[in-house]
Order: sequence, then structure tokens, then C-alpha cells
Amino acid sequence: MQALTTRAKVAVNKKMTFMERLYLPAIIGGMRITLHHFFKKKVTVCYPEEMRPFSPVYRGYHVLKRDENGAERCTACGLCALACPAEAITMTAAERKPGEENLYREEKYASVYEINMLRCIFCGLCEEACPKEAIFLTDRIVHTDYKRSLFVYGKDKLVEPADKDKRIDVSKRQTKSVLEFKSQPGFAHNTLYTKALKA
Amino acid sequence: MAKVTIDGIEIEVPDGTTILNAARMIGGKVVPPAMCYYSKLKKTGGYCRTCLVKVAQGSAKDPRPMPKLVVSCSTAVQDGMVVQNITSPEVLEARRGVVEFLLINHPLDCPICDQAGECKLQDLGYEHGLEKTRYEFSRRKFNMIDIGDKIKLHMTRCILCYRCVRVAEQLTDKRVHGVMNRGDVAEISTYINNVIENDFSGNVIDVCPVGALTDKTFRFKSRVWFAKPMDAHRDCKKCSGKAVLWMKEDEVLRVSARRDKNEEVEEFICNECRFEKKKKEDWVIEKPTHISRHSVISQNHYETIKPLKLGVGSQPPKPLLNNENNR
Repeated sequence: MQALTTRAKVAVNKKMTFMERLYLPAIIGGMRITLHHFFKKKVTVCYPEEMRPFSPVYRGYHVLKRDENGAERCTACGLCALACPAEAITMTAAERKPGEENLYREEKYASVYEINMLRCIFCGLCEEACPKEAIFLTDRIVHTDYKRSLFVYGKDKLVEPADKDKRIDVSKRQTKSVLEFKSQPGFAHNTLYTKALKA
Repeated sequence: MAKVTIDGIEIEVPDGTTILNAARMIGGKVVPPAMCYYSKLKKTGGYCRTCLVKVAQGSAKDPRPMPKLVVSCSTAVQDGMVVQNITSPEVLEARRGVVEFLLINHPLDCPICDQAGECKLQDLGYEHGLEKTRYEFSRRKFNMIDIGDKIKLHMTRCILCYRCVRVAEQLTDKRVHGVMNRGDVAEISTYINNVIENDFSGNVIDVCPVGALTDKTFRFKSRVWFAKPMDAHRDCKKCSGKAVLWMKEDEVLRVSARRDKNEEVEEFICNECRFEKKKKEDWVIEKPTHISRHSVISQNHYETIKPLKLGVGSQPPKPLLNNENNR
């Protein structure tokens, strides 16, 4: 049979020499390696106090954006769910009632919007499909949990806070060409890109 | 009989046939799009101008070309006529202009509209139109009108094809008129309210090429491409009872009439079938409806589902789909 590795050694029962019987050189050799590691740079990162540097285009979980007046942009058109190759997105649409204009941008909105983060492959096709600039991937990572059901993220986790200081900025993730393309007058519904381009 | 050549394809049709119907007999890509003409209704056609074609040779007797593009839905063929549709750049250019005009006042709210996915104007805009609008002025706006408790009229989206007016006129009685005012301010008037008592008034939803008339019982329930259309029938005293159920699992979201290959209603169905029979038990389900695989509705839509038999003995596993789905 062919040998699996070249590092195999044949065990021999020869008598040890005096130096070998002292064991000291072997112990010192071992301690040298151990001590050497004391002075090396630590590889452990104390998450969550300390974070590894993220790529600016890291694809973490989604955000549902609000417009400049704090109304939800999503209109439950279903294109993200259609584009999703993992079929992770489901939604239920509802009609906006009079007086809710400050809550929802369009006549129709998503009353339920769920993304199953266990199914999601973070490909970003939903972001590409969205005609309303409502869904974006962010650099936030999906946290671990004990139950599968807790990975189905609803609107409570996905919609960004209405408070202007707590908004989630996604403009840095867009390339300059995207920003320029989307700030054309034809996409006037969208001030997100124009602002980011000016900044 | 008259011999007519459409885009190089020769066909013999009875005298008096329109160019559009002759092209439909050939089928395929040479059929001009039609937003207002409806073969099942009388007096339709001539409004939308999307079916414009070029007549390169008038007839065998008088081979001069017609001076302008003609509307194929209301121009009769003559023996020896030569028609150009998709082979003429002039026609395509004109059609692009027509689409742009149709879209001037049509809101670009497809993400909201229930018709999206089965909208003829959406298809037309996608095939012939520009990628984006050049129009910078405000579009005309109307308040939404409820025609009865089952039909919603979203006049903003209307392209004034008059199809619903013809339905009201020809399928229902006691109707006064359909369109008020002229030109830019024309609108489907609420006189059409008079059709709501009639059993066939729901058909205005099916004939509407855009999302101006929509089913209130289906409003915002689901996008059409997430619902699974199934051919079904039931015993109905008023109509043929043949319909398409748009289902989500065991739930019937919407009932609509069956459509033929020209996307026109085969048999008009009554309001009872359309609006009231929303249970699976009310219907006998025949088979999944055939959906062209170029349509977004064909997404995850299988027409024959055979349980996968893993190779028994020496038999290889059978494919899940037969070739019919690849049409």
C-alpha cells in the first residue's frame, strides 16, 4: 500500500543515551517554544468588546430604510422576494389608511416583512431588485441565538429607527458610479444618493 | 379570400378580416400589440394606436403603399397586401412614440399596482418604451372611486381604451354612458355605477389592460406572481362557470376568467363566481393554468407535477417536469 504521508516514522525500541535519559534538553526545547509564544502578538480578538476590521462592503443583515420624513419606503412590491434565490423573504401588504401618510411613503405598505436569516445567503439581490431604495444590506452581523424561530427577523429588527441620529447610513457602501447614476433627475424620488454624493 | 403578406409570411384570410386578426392567425412575434382592441367586444379598437403597421403595398390591383402608418385593428386586408410590422424600423419608432404618449399620464407606480405582472402596458413599455420618462410636468390625478363594493376604479392609471365602456354597453343593460369630457380631461364617469347591479359587471376588471379597474376582494392580497393560477369550474346558472383560481396553498385569493392565446377573455364569468366563491370547496380544480414561460407569473409555476420516483430496480429516476413546460 502506498504511504499516506511522508512523515511516518518507524518506531524502534533502541536504548536511550544518557543525555536523552536526562530529559532536560527536551524540556528546555519545549519551554522555549512555550515562552516564544508569550511574546508573540495575540491572535484572539475579545469580541464583542473588540471587533475585527470589517470590509466596507461586508454583507450583513438588512435594513429597511425610511425616507427623509421618517416614512417607511417599502411598498411591499414583492420584487425582493422574487429576486431572492434562497426564498428567504416573505411579506404581507396592507393599505395605508388616511392619517398614516407620515408612517408609510406609499399607498401600500408591508404590514409584515420577514427575512429568514438562516435561509439568507447575503447575496444582495434584494437590494438590487428594490425599486424604492428601501432595502439595503448593512455591515451588521446576525447574532447567534438558541432557537431557529429567533432568526426570522421581522420589521422590529429590520426597519431603521425613525430618529434621525439613529438612522443607518448605507451610502458609504455604494460605489461612486452607483451614486451618480441614482442621483439623476429621473430618480427624483430618492434623495438618499444625491445627499451622499454631495457629502 | 384575400392573400396577405405580413412580415414576409403569406397567409390567406377571408375578406374583411383586419390586418391585426390576420396577424393573429399567423401568431408569434408578428402580432402587433393592442391595448384597446378586443375581439370579443364590438366597436373596440382605434383609440390606442399601438397596433400601427406599415402597408408597403396596398393591394394586387393598386400596389402603391399607403401614405401613413395604419391601425391594424381596424384596417381590412385586401388581396395582395404587403404589411410590415416588426420588420419596419418606422413602425417600431412610431410605436415607441405611442408608448411614450400613453405613459405621459400613467403613473409609474407598478410596485403598488395590483395589475403589475399581468399588465399589458407594462409589457409594452418594457418592449418598446424608453428606460425612463422624459416627462417632467405633473401628471393628472384623480381620487379613487369605488364602483360598488367589489370594484375599484383608479382613474389615474386609465389609458382610456374604452374596453370597460364596451363591456358595460354590450354585456350589461341600463347603462347611460362611460366617458365624460374630452381630450386631456376625459375620464371614465361614475355613470358606470349603473352596471354594478348587473351580474356581469365584474368583467370590466378582466378587460382592463392596465390597473385602473381592480378587484377589491384581491386588493393588495398578493402579487400575481406569488399566486398559483389553476383552471377550475363549477356549476353556475348564470355563466359557463369556467374560471381561473389564483391560489396560495389552499386559499383562493382571486377568481378571474380564462384567457386565450391573445390574452383575451374566453368566456365572461358572472359576479357570483368572481367575487363570492372564494373557497376551494366551491370549485372543481382541473389543472394548473398554462402560463407562458416568458411571464413573471411562471415563476415557480409547474404545470405537471409528478412525484419523483427514485429508480426502482433498473429504472432511472423520471424527470419532474415534462417538456410541455418549456414552451
